[in-house]
Amino acid sequence: MIVDVNVNLSLWPFRRTPCDEPQRLVEALRRGGVTEAWAGTLDGVFHRDLGAANARLAQQCRQWGAGLLVPFGSVNPVLPDWQEELRRCRHQYHMPGIRLHPNYHGYRLDDAPLGQLLQEAARHGMIVQIALRMEDVRVQHPLMPVPDVELAPLAKILEGLPQVRLVLLNVSRANRLEHLRALAALPNVYFDLAMWEGIGGVAALAEVVSTDRVLFGSHLPLFPLESSLLKLRESELSAAQAEAIRSENARRLLPRKS
Amino acid sequence: MAQSCCGVQRRQFLWQSSAAAGAMVCRAWTQASEPPAEESPAPCAVWDVHVHLAGLNGTVAQRVARLLRHAQRVGVEKIVLHMGTTLTSHPKPEEFRRHNDEVLEAISVAPERVMGFVYLNPQYQQESLAELDRCVRDGPMLGVKLWIAMACSRPELDPIARRCAELEVPILQHTFFRAGGNLPDESTPADLAALASRHPQTRFICAHTGVDWERGVRAIRATKNVYAEVSGSDPTAGIVEMAVRELGPQRVLYGSDAPGRSFASQLAKVQGADIPESSKRLILGENLRRLLASASQRGKNR
Repeated sequence: MIVDVNVNLSLWPFRRTPCDEPQRLVEALRRGGVTEAWAGTLDGVFHRDLGAANARLAQQCRQWGAGLLVPFGSVNPVLPDWQEELRRCRHQYHMPGIRLHPNYHGYRLDDAPLGQLLQEAARHGMIVQIALRMEDVRVQHPLMPVPDVELAPLAKILEGLPQVRLVLLNVSRANRLEHLRALAALPNVYFDLAMWEGIGGVAALAEVVSTDRVLFGSHLPLFPLESSLLKLRESELSAAQAEAIRSENARRLLPRKS
Repeated sequence: MAQSCCGVQRRQFLWQSSAAAGAMVCRAWTQASEPPAEESPAPCAVWDVHVHLAGLNGTVAQRVARLLRHAQRVGVEKIVLHMGTTLTSHPKPEEFRRHNDEVLEAISVAPERVMGFVYLNPQYQQESLAELDRCVRDGPMLGVKLWIAMACSRPELDPIARRCAELEVPILQHTFFRAGGNLPDESTPADLAALASRHPQTRFICAHTGVDWERGVRAIRATKNVYAEVSGSDPTAGIVEMAVRELGPQRVLYGSDAPGRSFASQLAKVQGADIPESSKRLILGENLRRLLASASQRGKNR
């Protein structure tokens, strides 16, 4: 049983990938043993009409991945009336969480609107995912360089919001270990392994933030699912550690509906 | 001398272990559980052309042990090491000789699983040619590694490229098409294509395929003696599919750039690719065995 917390529907604007159609994505997930996938939408990274993007996401999750795909809508707190987006995600589409892209949407983590959004999401009982990067900044399209999200201010902000359940997606070696450790010292902050590199990397990440904070994420379809599956295999983890990372940590964050 | 230093019967291990490759497999163990049993079926043995000692702690032997332990967990049978326990971008002759001594030591630790490429700096032409003879002609190494000491399109590289053709060993050149511009002296795949065009008898490995592989594949496409090597970048879906489509599966090589990268993420570029299994076998090992075979055979016959 695997819970993949980092899956994307729709298209990346700069290339097509083998699993960027919902049917193929779902086939790849099932073939790889994934039993639940938290799916955002790449339209939510680039589009301004997030209402339409989230509606499509909810519809596609129902159509192609009922029981497998769990939609995480996009909210941009620097767009007017973002509160309505959040309300629809929660009450119209029954999404358990949302996914944020601060670097693509043009705000810093210590900008005021994010604090308001985190508070509102917590009030609705929603998980918040923040994608720290979508691709290596060294190979981005020359007309669209997007720096990584700067993590430094986040721990201080979260100290005042202990009820926020936060998942940091695409954590990488570009992030400073001291920032990751400070965040891991707070309750309810989790880290996915999709972009964490180095030999035995998953075990190394678990040493930094503790095993019970590491989540299985693939970044499918931009990365092949095999990357995260093989990373788990490469790392020397106990059976209990592997199980925690594959599903138990995510299940604690989002219990399965009975 | 290098040969006595590492105690290896020059290049013989290449053939012995290739025949005994059955213990290691290249299929994707995609269910994250215990490592496969040694007796698992063996479609082919995975050889990784791009691994370093730098980036780990401990002695050379400890580093080799750690690399091989993790490699084995994902089915990588053999690794090609280049450069020593530190990173030196513009090494002086005494420095690249030290790098190469460390790789020779690594080979001696596990000659059945570790191969080596000699690290050179074309700024020191005569010393580089002498080191090539020491480590390749007279030693167990099977190729040349060039990093960022000099843009590889420059004529200073010509004597090294000619000598590699004589010795029948490939040159692995680091390449990057870096957003915002390359480092000083850092080569692009286009630089490598320029060098390779002047030396059609020499085989070149385009390390990282420029990292920005959509540009890198195009840059080397017309130069048939250049192989695309896929290490050292994010495991972006589609890299291997494009390389196979544009170059053919015979011109694509698996490499990881471990320990900075995981063996796993780089292996996934191939294992997760939408290409025939026969192409995966070529990329994961058969192409590299073919590339190193003539040098190995020549050493065996000497």
